[in-house]
Amino acid sequence: MKKTFLFAALLFCLTGCFSSAKQSNTITIWHWITDRQDAFVRLAEQYEQQTGVKVKFELYAPSDIYSRKIMAAVQSSVLPDIFGVLGEKKKFASFIEGGFVADLTEEFRQNDAAWEKSLFEKALNVNRFEEGNIYQVKPGIYGVPIDVTNIQMLYNQDLLVKAGIKTPPTNFDEFLSAIAALNRIGVDGLVSGWGEIWMIECFASNYAFNIMGEEKVMATYRGEVPYTDEDWIKVFTLFKTLRDKKTLALGIVAKGNKYAEQDFALERAAFAFNGSWCVNVYDKMNPGLKYGAMLPPRVNLERPMQVWGGAGTSFVVNGMSENKTMAIDFLKWLTAKEQQVFLARETKNLPSNREALADIPTVLSQFASAMDLTTHPSIWKYNESPLVIEAFCKGIQAIVIGEAMPERVAADVQRIKERELQREQR
Amino acid sequence: MSIVGVKKLSIEEIRDMVGSYFFILPAVFIFSVFYIYPFFEIFNLSLHDWNGISLTRQFIGLDNFAEIMQDKVWWMSMWHAAYITLIALTFQNALAFALALACDRDIRMRRFYRVVFYLPPVLSEVVVGLIWQWILNSGMQNGEPVGLLNYFLTKAHLNHLVRDWLADPQTALTCIAVVHSWKGFGWGFIILLAGLQTIDRQLYEAARVDGAGSLSVLKNVTIPMMIPVFVVVMVLTILGSMQVFVLVLSMVGQGLVYHTEVPVTRIIASMTGTSRFGYACAQGIIFGGILLVSSFALNKFSKKLKQG
Repeated sequence: MKKTFLFAALLFCLTGCFSSAKQSNTITIWHWITDRQDAFVRLAEQYEQQTGVKVKFELYAPSDIYSRKIMAAVQSSVLPDIFGVLGEKKKFASFIEGGFVADLTEEFRQNDAAWEKSLFEKALNVNRFEEGNIYQVKPGIYGVPIDVTNIQMLYNQDLLVKAGIKTPPTNFDEFLSAIAALNRIGVDGLVSGWGEIWMIECFASNYAFNIMGEEKVMATYRGEVPYTDEDWIKVFTLFKTLRDKKTLALGIVAKGNKYAEQDFALERAAFAFNGSWCVNVYDKMNPGLKYGAMLPPRVNLERPMQVWGGAGTSFVVNGMSENKTMAIDFLKWLTAKEQQVFLARETKNLPSNREALADIPTVLSQFASAMDLTTHPSIWKYNESPLVIEAFCKGIQAIVIGEAMPERVAADVQRIKERELQREQR
Repeated sequence: MSIVGVKKLSIEEIRDMVGSYFFILPAVFIFSVFYIYPFFEIFNLSLHDWNGISLTRQFIGLDNFAEIMQDKVWWMSMWHAAYITLIALTFQNALAFALALACDRDIRMRRFYRVVFYLPPVLSEVVVGLIWQWILNSGMQNGEPVGLLNYFLTKAHLNHLVRDWLADPQTALTCIAVVHSWKGFGWGFIILLAGLQTIDRQLYEAARVDGAGSLSVLKNVTIPMMIPVFVVVMVLTILGSMQVFVLVLSMVGQGLVYHTEVPVTRIIASMTGTSRFGYACAQGIIFGGILLVSSFALNKFSKKLKQG
């Protein structure tokens, strides 16, 4: 009896080790989005009632922990049926190259491309690889956007009124004046999660596009324009100005975005730089908060301000899953109008399905109105090396805490850029 | 032809030996699969340029190791870990020893104190980090500091000491080191207390009869008898403090410039931030080597101390 039990236990353990992606009537989804878990679970129950297929949403948060779990699952070939690839497009391309992500192009093209047409193009583009892409990935669509997002500036209406500011600032000088007025009544200016370097990259990249335009930014990434160029110095100097004018909330460079969200929601700062997901977060933290969304105030008035945006959350289908067809069917259902309306209502995120946009809160519609101005590293032709990005963002942190001057940071970033270019040539 | 000195084994002895090997086989298997194979695989990866996903790896020999030697941020992170370790070795262990000495005596409620002192180590590092982040918060609301420390400093009219604790390069790492010591002293306390209780009470009585005072007893009886325990605590402190990272992540996220980087956060950054798995493995090997050498050195030093 004991032997039988031991054998059964061993068999259970061994099968457990190789249990992923096997065919069953259950689809497993790994995600990292804490505030959507409840809504996902409710949708899964509804889907099971309708089709008999069980859907298991497994939450692994925060996103960096999730990324590590996905990487470990790749190594041990235990990826679930549906998951998300976080990070730069190069990483996404590696997943496709390894066969871990299914090509969904044919699925999107069926029925006169009905599925493709129902979703926001900008959101789909994040999951699309064009002909002749630098990653040499077969052209096509490899992911399904579950919602769309963009990252803008938020302002607290009550605090602005209290400081005598009638309308939100539209350019950088007005922004600085507004914050000076806010400081006079003892309110912090701008808060953001700049302890997470991607948020610094996002903010800086918005202004780089505004100051010098996309082509020059891309030329820098290709190594044709140095970071010591005067336009880049202007970008770095912007952070020095923000520091010198006491525009930034105390401790901003060590703040995770969760804490920055808390500061804005509890009215400790009048402006925040945050994504459209914040509507749900602020609503939970302070339902009475009166605020609006605006584009970051422009420095160069001759160019539009482009902001990061597109797909907020995208799911991909495991290319090695036996449940591939079932997984695709579920994603089609999840991105259909009814489910998207439900998700938008319950989680206050922008839906990826165009038809589900009606009946969303005012702030969300302000975010939605900027979708045409969005851009994202995932749709750029060239991406900067992660090591350069790290040096770039850490350099900006050094400027913000008064430890380095813009010119020195520019020189340091350029030195790392040149080293990376040499490595690429090797 | 027989070999001189080699005894011919009887069938009985061979069977006995095979039986013994059979018994240790599961342990050897587990050790090989979970320790030896991963070590060689990590070494193998450290010789490659690999992003962790791609099916192909490019062999680059010792290039990763050569690059680490010139990586200023890596060596800076090593120094930061050494600084945290230094504070843990002194402040944390001195506190642990003082409290262990107090609890070794017949004081009231000593069991209660034992439980209280052991509470911080059993708390999750993430929770501890988040609590201390709130205590050290530099924000203001309605003219009042939000963080507990700055609030008390303001109330005590020590406004000149109020600062941005976790966003100031001069205080951020020290704050992490102090919180790490606060969280870790309970381990040392328990081990040192157990060590103190093994000292024969007759030695104390004999010293007292000879007219030794409290300080003299501590210097001539307690400390010499505790040297092996001190060494264990020091080795554990070095290994634990050098590998600190959860606390760093929960207190300052991805770091304040490079001022709060420690070796493990650099390894994580190489793996998940810049997708350089080979480089991360090389960092891991160098870091492991340094820890191994420092543990051996400490062991040798303690042996010399005992002989002296």
